[in-house]
Amino acid sequence: MRYIDKTVVGLTIAFLVLFIADFFMAEWVRFIGLQSLARGAVALGLLVLWRTGLVSFGHALYFGFGAYAAAMLTLIGYHDAFLLVFAGTLAAGVLAYLLGFLLRRYRAIFFALLNMAFSMILYGVIVKTEELGSTDGFSVLTPTFLGYAPQGEAVQTTLFIFTLVFTYIITVGVHLYMKTTLGGMSMAVRENEIRVEYLGYSAEKVIHVKYVFSGLVAGFGGAIMALAIGQVDPDSMANWTVSGEFVFITILSGIGNVGATYIGALVFELIRTYAFEYAPQFWQFILGGSLLAIIMFLPDGIWSLFSRLRRSEKAPSP
Amino acid sequence: MQELIVILIDGLVFSSYLFMVSVGLTVIFGVMKILNVAHGSFYAFGAYMSATLIGAYYNTDLPEFGGFLAIFLAALIIGVFFGIVLERGLLRFLYHRDEHIIVLATFAMFLVLEDVLMMIWGTDPYYAYEPMALLGAVDIVELTFDVYSLTLIGLAVIVGLGLWLGLTRTKWGKLLLAVIFDREISQAMGINVTVVFTVTFVVGAIMGALGGAYIAPTISVSPGIGVEVIVLSFAVVVIGGMGSIPGAMIGALLVGISRAAAVHKFPEIELFVIYAIMALVLAIRPEGLFAPAQARKI
Amino acid sequence: MKILRKSGRATLLATGLAAALGATAGLANAAETVVMAVPTFLTGAGAPAFGVPARNGAEIIIEAINKGKLPAPYNNSGKGLAGRQIQALIYDESGGGVKQVAEFRNKVQKQGVDLFVGYISSGTCAAITPVAEELKMLTIFPICGTPRIFEEIDKNPKYVFRTMGHATADGVAEAMYVKANMPDVKGYTGINQNYAWGQDSWRDFDLAMKQLMPNVPVSEKTQWPKIFSGQYGAEISALMLSKEPLVHSSLWGGDLEAFIFQGSARGLFRKKKLLFSVADTSVYRLGKKAPAGAILGARGPYGIFAANVDTPLNKWFRKVYSDRYSTPPVGGSYQAAQGVLAAKYAYDKAASMNGGKFPSKDQVIAALEGATFQGIAAKVHMNRSNGHQAATKHMIGVLAWDKEAGGPIMTKVQEFGPDCVMPPPGVNGTEWLKGGMKGAKC
Repeated sequence: MRYIDKTVVGLTIAFLVLFIADFFMAEWVRFIGLQSLARGAVALGLLVLWRTGLVSFGHALYFGFGAYAAAMLTLIGYHDAFLLVFAGTLAAGVLAYLLGFLLRRYRAIFFALLNMAFSMILYGVIVKTEELGSTDGFSVLTPTFLGYAPQGEAVQTTLFIFTLVFTYIITVGVHLYMKTTLGGMSMAVRENEIRVEYLGYSAEKVIHVKYVFSGLVAGFGGAIMALAIGQVDPDSMANWTVSGEFVFITILSGIGNVGATYIGALVFELIRTYAFEYAPQFWQFILGGSLLAIIMFLPDGIWSLFSRLRRSEKAPSP
Repeated sequence: MQELIVILIDGLVFSSYLFMVSVGLTVIFGVMKILNVAHGSFYAFGAYMSATLIGAYYNTDLPEFGGFLAIFLAALIIGVFFGIVLERGLLRFLYHRDEHIIVLATFAMFLVLEDVLMMIWGTDPYYAYEPMALLGAVDIVELTFDVYSLTLIGLAVIVGLGLWLGLTRTKWGKLLLAVIFDREISQAMGINVTVVFTVTFVVGAIMGALGGAYIAPTISVSPGIGVEVIVLSFAVVVIGGMGSIPGAMIGALLVGISRAAAVHKFPEIELFVIYAIMALVLAIRPEGLFAPAQARKI
Repeated sequence: MKILRKSGRATLLATGLAAALGATAGLANAAETVVMAVPTFLTGAGAPAFGVPARNGAEIIIEAINKGKLPAPYNNSGKGLAGRQIQALIYDESGGGVKQVAEFRNKVQKQGVDLFVGYISSGTCAAITPVAEELKMLTIFPICGTPRIFEEIDKNPKYVFRTMGHATADGVAEAMYVKANMPDVKGYTGINQNYAWGQDSWRDFDLAMKQLMPNVPVSEKTQWPKIFSGQYGAEISALMLSKEPLVHSSLWGGDLEAFIFQGSARGLFRKKKLLFSVADTSVYRLGKKAPAGAILGARGPYGIFAANVDTPLNKWFRKVYSDRYSTPPVGGSYQAAQGVLAAKYAYDKAASMNGGKFPSKDQVIAALEGATFQGIAAKVHMNRSNGHQAATKHMIGVLAWDKEAGGPIMTKVQEFGPDCVMPPPGVNGTEWLKGGMKGAKC
């Protein structure tokens, strides 16, 4: 019972509500929701890294790698969503494990930029590969789910539930992990690495574990995105601006709560969607402006709104 | 032999281009530890301003060579204006925050400025080829080169040397180095860090704008030119070692000459040269070739 | 209790969000209008070369349709599409295929769009095609070039149309032009941007050349600059040192213009014969700076190639466009206008077959499948890929400066019939090229 706290209950309620809502949602709402879950998962990985004081400006690397790994499997005839998403997740995880040996030695802006450099290399490789459609990318056919082959709207409905279940498991898992000793080490590494090492833990190993995790969930997000959109291409999957968007979402969400990343991703999608609709030529202005506003006026992210509310409730009346 | 010389010249021209577009980024990072994504906007605004001023200048009857003044004037106007507005109006409120938040703030500024650019100049491209046409061409090893591109080499050398000397040989430079080394102690010793930061940011912005302003006559000044420069300058700076001016120079030379060799010998791999060098440097010496030493915090 | 209160707040928030989201839905289709989404590049490098000219061209036609003022042959067709006014939603195509797919769904499901006429980049078209079919949304691609749309991505389209020839036609027309006008050419090389469009353009031209002029050698060192690099010093040196006299290039927009400035300064265009496959986008803008003597294409009979087409429709279009934007229309303007005309034609024809009543979507699609309609510059034959892919005539010529008129003109223009440059129905473009272009009617 000690594992059940407010966050777990909140996440479970959200999960159940969304699960049921899936059958009633307008298609475009579900689609935005699906994207938010995928991007939110990537941001969750970044959040875990951020708790150790590290920010990556290159997680489009794992996002794109997972997306392309899943999409390439469809080219050779595999269409099962479980297999595709598992493969995408695993591929990104393995890549993160390998690069982790190098990256775990770096901190601060160097860490951020090295990640970005690696993501640009992936971008270059994809652009150069004509067999994979270069900058045009290629289409990903509709997935099947353990033999069930939905048609029409059912595709997105099923995919939404599929994604929801997995993100729920991942998110609750992360939350519980954070409460373990190794998980709690994050903040310690962020605050003072050398003291952590004097306590007998390896800061580099702590970072490596988080890094692989962040790679795994980014690959997961990428694979889901590939299936949801039905298309992969380097500009929207592996470019540095995509990495920037993930950091944007992470900061939007704040460090406070694992569930916040999904709300952050949703808010991001909504800002972008409405900016596109109402200011077709100046949507970047609105996106950038909102980001600046959040950085200036909501330094701890959207979650701090909730915390503030709670605090003001508790405040004794004079 | 001819090919070798041509590769060298092409390489030097491209290296100078790389250095000019990345030096502003290096200056700001070196002193303030801010990775300035809005650097791409400085470049783009510099180019647009330069094209506008050059166009206006050649509509008058003033002597033709005065067009070059327009280039430097454009860089000054853009650099000083945006440097002061962004640093005083925005960045200074963020110095106490995590550095990646500052990066993201500059990313946001970049997004905003991209659209501001379009609000001012629209989507139609601007041309300012007159200075390039004015300098004409010259034959080296039986191949024609345009003189304007060759002057880029000179400019890069002057800017590089000037910055380096300014940093190591002047009183101001020494103050800067002190701030780079330890911001808090410098403050305690009576250095006005606030002014140092503002001046540095303005200088970096002028450099970024100068890159765009000087390149403007050779290109079509149109939407999207700033984005490309961001990636390119990041790569050069990562290779050379973040914040090091000699590093940026070596990084630019390495990439520029390798790229020219690839174009002449193996054009298929041109796209990869910059990434390959970056990967190689990162694998061997990830802090970059000339990175300043980092102290671990205890 | 605490938890309850918290989730109560969450519900409140959710309701608020839902209300905000729902607010705009259902607005669109209130009146008797046809909502036409027109995605095109409004920002970024694609805007000046293609996006904005395309938007301008489409807007002029949409306005004229709504006012019922189109010249012949559309002069007696009444106002609007089958009598209903067009409500145009023009928006930005930037940001890559994934973002555009998301936006496509938004427009369909949230804003109640009836049809799409747009998309410029091949990448976006490739991404949109499966979604358009899935959502059963009538989608007309007026511009994008990749043959893969109907050759690989969807071989049996029902809802997606393309109203101009695809990139294979460009490569074939260029090679045929070279064969007819430079029979003694000693070899050819290329400079193309290293991305999908550049790679495709070169491949098709190269394949066609290998068939038509098998003895002409191709360079082993074709140039592949990064897209939007803007600096071509080394490439220009390499081209000038190469022994091949003919240079193929699919550069466009800012890259093309930068290449021309840097090449002119170094005398590249005096030394080499350049063949630009989409340079028409820049000729008016460059004016005297455009390299006279270069071979030019406009991906069909559009832009500068239509300067002297003497039909009421074309004369009207050029006049309105030039008056409003103080520059003549370029390829993208024509192509986008042609896409809108396809919708006009299909809705009106479907209405007349439906006894004058407003047609259903299926009727509109049936009307457009296999149709032949009048574009601004030429007749458009929707006779490939089950009537979903257009074929038009193609034109290639040599750019010159007209001193009297003070503007660029095309000389030595050669015309190629639709069945000469487009692969026959049901044949894959690349295989057609490799097999020696069997069935081409020239």
